[in-house]
Amino acid sequence: MEKKFDIKKFLSNNAIIILIAILALAVGFSTQNFFSANNLKNLIANVSPRFIIACGVSGCLITKGTDLSAGRQVGLAACLSAMLLQSVDYAARMIPGLPDIPWFLALLIVMAVMACFGAINGCVIAYLKVPPFIATLGMQTIVYGLCSVITGNQPMGGFKPSYSNVALGAIGPIPYLAIFALIVGLFMWFLYNKTRHGKYMYAIGGNENAAQVAGVNVTATLIRIYVLAAVLYGLAGFLVGAKAGGASTATGFGYELEAIAACTIGGVSTNGGVGKVPGILVGVLVFEILKICLQFLRVDPAYTFIAQGLVIIVAVALDLRKYLAKK
Amino acid sequence: MSEYRLEMRGVVKTFPGVKALDHAQLQLRPGTVHALMGENGAGKSTLMKCMFGIYHMDEGEVIYEGEPVEIKGPLDALNRGIAMVHQELQPIPERSIGENIYVGRYPTKKVGPITVIDHEKMYESAAKVLEEVHLNYDPKAKLGSLSVSQMQLVEIAKAVSADCKVLILDEPTSSLTAAEVEALFTIVDELRAKGVSIVYISHKMDEILRISDEVTIMRDGQYIGTWASKELTTDFIITKMVGRELSNLYPPRENVPGEVVFEVEDFTSINPKSFRHASFSVRKGEILGVAGLVGAQRTELMEGLFGLRCHAAGKITYKGQELKINQPRDAINNGIAMLTEDRRATGILGVLSIADNVSISSLNKYLIGGIMLDDKKIEQLVQDNVAKLSIKTPSSKTLIQSLSGGNQQKVLISRWLANDPDVFILDEPTRGIDVGAKYEIYCIIAELAKQGKSIIMISSEMSELIGMSDRIMVMCDGRVTGFIDGKDANQENIMALATQFE
Repeated sequence: MEKKFDIKKFLSNNAIIILIAILALAVGFSTQNFFSANNLKNLIANVSPRFIIACGVSGCLITKGTDLSAGRQVGLAACLSAMLLQSVDYAARMIPGLPDIPWFLALLIVMAVMACFGAINGCVIAYLKVPPFIATLGMQTIVYGLCSVITGNQPMGGFKPSYSNVALGAIGPIPYLAIFALIVGLFMWFLYNKTRHGKYMYAIGGNENAAQVAGVNVTATLIRIYVLAAVLYGLAGFLVGAKAGGASTATGFGYELEAIAACTIGGVSTNGGVGKVPGILVGVLVFEILKICLQFLRVDPAYTFIAQGLVIIVAVALDLRKYLAKK
Repeated sequence: MSEYRLEMRGVVKTFPGVKALDHAQLQLRPGTVHALMGENGAGKSTLMKCMFGIYHMDEGEVIYEGEPVEIKGPLDALNRGIAMVHQELQPIPERSIGENIYVGRYPTKKVGPITVIDHEKMYESAAKVLEEVHLNYDPKAKLGSLSVSQMQLVEIAKAVSADCKVLILDEPTSSLTAAEVEALFTIVDELRAKGVSIVYISHKMDEILRISDEVTIMRDGQYIGTWASKELTTDFIITKMVGRELSNLYPPRENVPGEVVFEVEDFTSINPKSFRHASFSVRKGEILGVAGLVGAQRTELMEGLFGLRCHAAGKITYKGQELKINQPRDAINNGIAMLTEDRRATGILGVLSIADNVSISSLNKYLIGGIMLDDKKIEQLVQDNVAKLSIKTPSSKTLIQSLSGGNQQKVLISRWLANDPDVFILDEPTRGIDVGAKYEIYCIIAELAKQGKSIIMISSEMSELIGMSDRIMVMCDGRVTGFIDGKDANQENIMALATQFE
């Protein structure tokens, strides 16, 4: 088959990304400090946890599912991390008698707890055949309720320095946050492209019935996907808490929608079976750059939401157009 | 006014990878039954879907009652008096019979300024229509409470209710019993007497020769000719349909059936209407054909053996060892492979590459250190199969959905070959495949049998079964009704067993 570069196709397939790039250039040259080290650091700090969340959601989307509980799970993970990692001498400690535990141990505990929620999501979807939209919608509310119960609706702060440092520190010019995101990105790329799990995931998304006939263990694969997603929310929540220096039941609100939108912009098809890790990164970048641009243009945050919503709808409409054109 | 009620001329319709209609034509006289014949994939249904407005033709014209018309969709067709009874029914089982008859064109009445559905009138006229086609059902009963064949008759009632001038019947008798077929023929005769033009699609020669006035034969999407039924013989029709001597249709088979290896005993579904007490065996290197009418539960039985459907009782043994099969993975691990009937729904992974489609069932064999996939070995596997089965594709990264039906089928066969199975279940392996590619699939099947694989092949094409099988198992209504040796098999003795209703 001939490989001719089709400029029109390229433009329509990447319309959103191109528009945001143009916007960024325009904002960059018309305002000050846009192309600064500080702003870049800010971008990386925002992108890193969101990329990790989007990586988690991507598996659900590729298998034609979704995970609406992602944001609330991030919130719960942030609260759990906060409870475990408040300074021993902090007066308003949530768990007064808790001994000093190293941050990586706390991270492991949080990820393990979140894995349980993922397993429940996965089992409800794979065994009980509840549509993912409904199953995770229920889980979203449950997780929020649990989070309110264990925190008593109190915001938490007073983290020990070693925890805060996870978000603030850097190796040379590279922030720790970026390193976490990079490791997750590489891990996910390997998982999606070089392992059976990845192939099975794409197969289920492409055609679940055919995958079943081909001998794919659909149930186990789906459960693994939702567990892995929850573990990544655990990591992301841990980082979000560290970055913010505090956590409350409001942490993570709406992150699932941002993550789903970022995946879609990055080429994860809502029709299933399609999606690549670098694309997810692009999607998250597009979304965060849009936010920063609007900030620099001093747009009222209320309008920012409207702009983000529009971008989501346009991105999905374009994605579906690609699919329809193929028919 | 021309002598024809409806004419289709030079109709061309292309689907990705297939030219389904290549200048097809049809001329329908008023008050006649016009049989449309051709092999599966000849384009009969596609032509009718063009007439009924489901498909839009790329080229060609429709002349209806002397005027060129463009039929925009099914509703437009119905309004013009063209009705169609589909091969695959599209019922709404949860709604009443009356509603199913009038769906999309409900009788209405005004209540003040608001237009509402006139249920009284709907059920009244539904009752009348049902009477007209000699059906004694309550129009308020749920459609789902009827059997498949009864639903088919309701579907015909629906067409009649549209006061149609042209009625398309696409394989209307495929799920009817002999008595129901008689009832249908009475209705057809009455409609013909009223001046309705009927297009009748069927594979059953005796029916065609009995009910039709004229016959149009199609092959590979092309128009072959139209003849008066009185002048026709079965042999003539088959020769015209197939387009070459029957002896060249199938490759020579060099397989030698050996000892019995695969045995099924008393296999019974959990669904009482499905397969029951099925017992049969397959020899090493044998091709066992499976014949039966639509609804004979052949597919269900095979899907049961493969673990896609549940069974209540029964024993499967391979080389004397009992197999426990509850899901497809169990079957695959025990050396059974299955090409499913509906390639798109349960076969191909459309948005995935050929490489992924070939390797998905055998990934366990291509691991480095138990975790990482060996891309080089997988590519080798794919290239070997592309060469061996002569799969026509630009590269192994091409998406399978862009291939033609025959090549998709070869990719799916490669998928199973990678697992080196001993028993191959093939459910309609040549459905929707071009004639040329069919021959290649037959060659592959013959080669597999020669290598000593046991092959079970379901087919609805009688000539394919007779041409390819060492033995033919016939099913009727969920039961195995008999076996015929391939050499002795013919249309008549197969049909006799296939219609052995209890």
